[in-house]
Amino acid sequence: MSEQQKITIVQNILNANDGLAQQNRDQLLKARLFSINMMASPGAGKTTLIEKTLQAFTPDHRVLVIDGDIATTLDADRAAKAGASAIQINTGGDCHLDAIMLHRALSQVDLFNYDLLIVENVGNLVCPASFELGTERKVLIASVPEGDDKPHKYPGMYRGVDVVVLNKTDLLPYVDFNFEFFSKGLQVLNPNVQVIPLSCRTGEGLKDWFEWLGNELDEFRKNHC
Amino acid sequence: MHELSVTQSILDIVLQHANQAHASKVTNIYLVIGDLSTIVDDSVQFYWDIISKDTIAVDAKLQFRRIHTQFECLDCYKQYQPDGDSILCPHCGSAHIKVLSGEEFYLEAIDIEK
Ligand SMILES: Nc1nc2c(ncn2[C@@H]2O[C@H](COP(=O)(O)OP(=O)(O)OP(=O)(O)O)[C@@H](O)[C@H]2O)c(=O)[nH]1
Ligand SMILES: [Mg+2]
Ligand SMILES: [Zn+2]
Repeated sequence: MSEQQKITIVQNILNANDGLAQQNRDQLLKARLFSINMMASPGAGKTTLIEKTLQAFTPDHRVLVIDGDIATTLDADRAAKAGASAIQINTGGDCHLDAIMLHRALSQVDLFNYDLLIVENVGNLVCPASFELGTERKVLIASVPEGDDKPHKYPGMYRGVDVVVLNKTDLLPYVDFNFEFFSKGLQVLNPNVQVIPLSCRTGEGLKDWFEWLGNELDEFRKNHC
Repeated sequence: MHELSVTQSILDIVLQHANQAHASKVTNIYLVIGDLSTIVDDSVQFYWDIISKDTIAVDAKLQFRRIHTQFECLDCYKQYQPDGDSILCPHCGSAHIKVLSGEEFYLEAIDIEK
């Protein structure tokens, strides 16, 4: 006769990922490397914003870009061309980066050689939110043509991010985008989160983004000497 | 969409606890999943059938307990489930909301045979 037994566990399913994310965080802290995880739907303008950011920051900062994509190295090539050291992670079909993938990428370089790490997550508005990577800050890039209802439809993504960039504001005259409806959705999920509207195309608002990033960077380095 | 990695994590946790208890077989796995976590039961089952082969958990039934998203309006104090078009309070339009449930994502228990 076999014996039956119930075992109570109550364990977060993504425990293993969260544990590794913590290791990444420790490793980045040790190297005093400030890091951001950029998440957005496909085509929202992640790589374009990274290029603009590199133009502004590479003169004074050593920047490492890690690019997650299902296949191809196009985005890493663009980052390298714009003056960063760039590593491409091909997820081979996975819809998001996870802490293990970032861990492997981090071990390819000497982290002490950099001041700013930008991680471009896979373009996807559902999955990356569940997988902590261990970066210091999480950035969500929304864009005007996606529509003002995205926070209402993809609530998971907007919870827990530290700042929301609203890109492609140059398209506002051509699209019905109700900024109030968008912001109210954000407020539900993430009260008091800062929204930075900008256009990578015209450059309008970019200085607000650079200011946010610069302040965060300075703050981080002050707190981790 | 990321059900493969999620299913792998479930299997790892299950096998770890089953082995600790010297189980010969896992018969049931109890999962608690909130609707905000966007996991699709069917695809977890689909991957499960593939990756649990050759383990003691191969015949285990995945028992999903879904938790609906429940919000409470902090202005009019009514509770509601968002309908998919808008997450604002349907009673007063407020965006001043507390999330009561829907973010659960854990493994609650397993049944084993020794
Ligand atoms: N009109 C307009 N187009 C923009 C703006 N920013 C980016 N784009 C365009 O949007 C398209 C997608 O930009 P990317 O930067 O490649 O987007 P991405 O988020 O990196 O895309 P994936 O990595 O493929 O998910 C390109 O054609 C950009 O030129 C903007 O501010 N205004
Ligand atoms: Mg890109
Ligand atoms: Zn209300």
